[in-house]
Amino acid sequence: MTYYTFAFYAFAAIILLSAYAVVTSKNVIYSAFSLMLTFFGVAGFYALLGADFIAIVQLIVYVGGILTLMLFGVMLTNKITETEIKTGVFQVLPASIIIGMFSGVLIASISNNRWTVAEKLNNPQNSLVGIGSILMNEYILIFELLGVLLLIALIGAASIARK
Amino acid sequence: MNDFLFYIIVALVKIVIIANMILITVSYLVYFERKISAWTQNRVGPNRVGYLGLLQPFADVLKLLLKEDIVPKVANKFIHSMAPFIALFVAFTTYAVIPFGPSITLWGKEIPLMMADVNIGILYVLALTSIGVYAITFAGWSSGSKYSLLGGIRSSAQMISYEISMGFSIAGVLIFSQSLRPMEIVIAQHGWMWNAVLQPVGFLTFVVAAFAETNRLPFDLPEAEPELVGGYHTEYSSMKFAAFFLAEYANMIIGSAMIVTLYLGGWQFPYVETFGFSPAVTIGLQVGAFFVKMGALLFFFIWVRWSIPRFRYDQLMNIGWKVMFPLSLLNLIWAAILAMIMK
Amino acid sequence: MIESYIPIFLVFGFAILFSLAVVFSSSLFGPQRPNAEKMTTYESGVKPIGLANERVSVKYYLVAMLFIIFDLEVIFVYPWAVKFKSLYAQQGIQVFWAMIVFLTVFEVGFLYAFKKGGFKWD
Repeated sequence: MTYYTFAFYAFAAIILLSAYAVVTSKNVIYSAFSLMLTFFGVAGFYALLGADFIAIVQLIVYVGGILTLMLFGVMLTNKITETEIKTGVFQVLPASIIIGMFSGVLIASISNNRWTVAEKLNNPQNSLVGIGSILMNEYILIFELLGVLLLIALIGAASIARK
Repeated sequence: MNDFLFYIIVALVKIVIIANMILITVSYLVYFERKISAWTQNRVGPNRVGYLGLLQPFADVLKLLLKEDIVPKVANKFIHSMAPFIALFVAFTTYAVIPFGPSITLWGKEIPLMMADVNIGILYVLALTSIGVYAITFAGWSSGSKYSLLGGIRSSAQMISYEISMGFSIAGVLIFSQSLRPMEIVIAQHGWMWNAVLQPVGFLTFVVAAFAETNRLPFDLPEAEPELVGGYHTEYSSMKFAAFFLAEYANMIIGSAMIVTLYLGGWQFPYVETFGFSPAVTIGLQVGAFFVKMGALLFFFIWVRWSIPRFRYDQLMNIGWKVMFPLSLLNLIWAAILAMIMK
Repeated sequence: MIESYIPIFLVFGFAILFSLAVVFSSSLFGPQRPNAEKMTTYESGVKPIGLANERVSVKYYLVAMLFIIFDLEVIFVYPWAVKFKSLYAQQGIQVFWAMIVFLTVFEVGFLYAFKKGGFKWD
């Protein structure tokens, strides 16, 4: 499937370029804008893998919710948008050590893993229906606990906002 | 491979047809908005360019095209041009999952009358709506004007607030359709079983949310002229302003198409099978039914705009969180109970 | 399955080209005669007072926070809603109660935030 490979590399290029722009741009708003493109690329990957519900949730929650929160946070903070983010030797040295260790772990795990190509999914027709029946049968307790988790988050948000 | 090529060509033809349809509808929607407002206020409305002023939209576009593009000195140039780009992008991608008729058969191949029949259907619209918030936030922030900033941030808060009740209303529809595919949502509403009849409360909350998402009066806080001048597009001129304008009206069309698809039976013409027409006539009637319903809703959008005053910001947020959200939740429970009774 | 997304990507491509054309057309066709007065922001015809980098009220941040939490709630409702009819036919009323419990737990938080004044917009 040539167009499949083409789509994969197109999304990979979008993700890599925009992620590079996120960390290198000096303006916080540009970083936010590039992060939006990164999320788009990741959603494209999910769609290519047949996980279309996850892809759209990625867009709704990350682009629609979390990035909006970040943008509001930037706007809340006075004059942060004009501040140029500076980097010097003091930040570069520890950062490169940590990144080196982390990429070492990643490369080791990628090269040591035995990669097997999975069989075609039994029911690639609708991932949402599958998630629904699993959530209601095997993971019903976890589903209810999720409600409790969201409750805790909501109480936290409410008490931060009003002292 | 031949099939694949055919598929691509059909998709491209559909893109061209639907995009042109949206552009023409937007032009005449603006014309009708001005005419209807004139009738409401006992005026004549545009009547100079062409017969009854019918060429007015084209004159407007030409005028905007030849205007100077003014960007304030304090504005952030890149984000300032990205904002109308995002607005138009969202407006011209959302229609992809809306079915405006059943499948037709051409050259022995079945072609559904919609762009893309994807599994996630309705959620695609929700995701793009949440991206549309960025157009307004970026426009408000990048202009460097106080009015733009206030208008932009207010309207993004408004849009995300109403997305919640919109999401819960859609969940009520999904109980009956058992699928996210818009085509199946329409087919589930055969006969009199329109979702507007089964779950009137959900219909109400969805319509209100659609008004809020398209920033139409009574929810046009971002453009509250007396306090905010022009809201987030105060500092836009020429085609960048036209882009916002176009996006607003295109969103109105998509909003009414969504209401028709989710609640008013989509392209279904109740009991058309029993009339005994030939298949071609039946399909024609069904496509016609879709556009008639959509037209009626568009008229409703304009009618409301010229009849109801604007809400205050705190009233708007109160309605969103304290009225519409609980109502949409109750509607979800009602839909579940109804599904259990009807089985 | 992935084939059904091809039209969507085509629509994306078309929309990108069309939107770029519209946004940049006016700098091609329109005149360019900038002057200092024209380039200021709008302020009812007088000189602008102050800049637009004022801090925005914290209540907008709260709206965005609440939105994420409620949005997650909606997303967990979708798989249930799509599967509800067939699960009800198999398992009976317990599917209904599962969602009622989930929603009730969450609504306690909604009521708490309500009582705390999290929904006062003034």
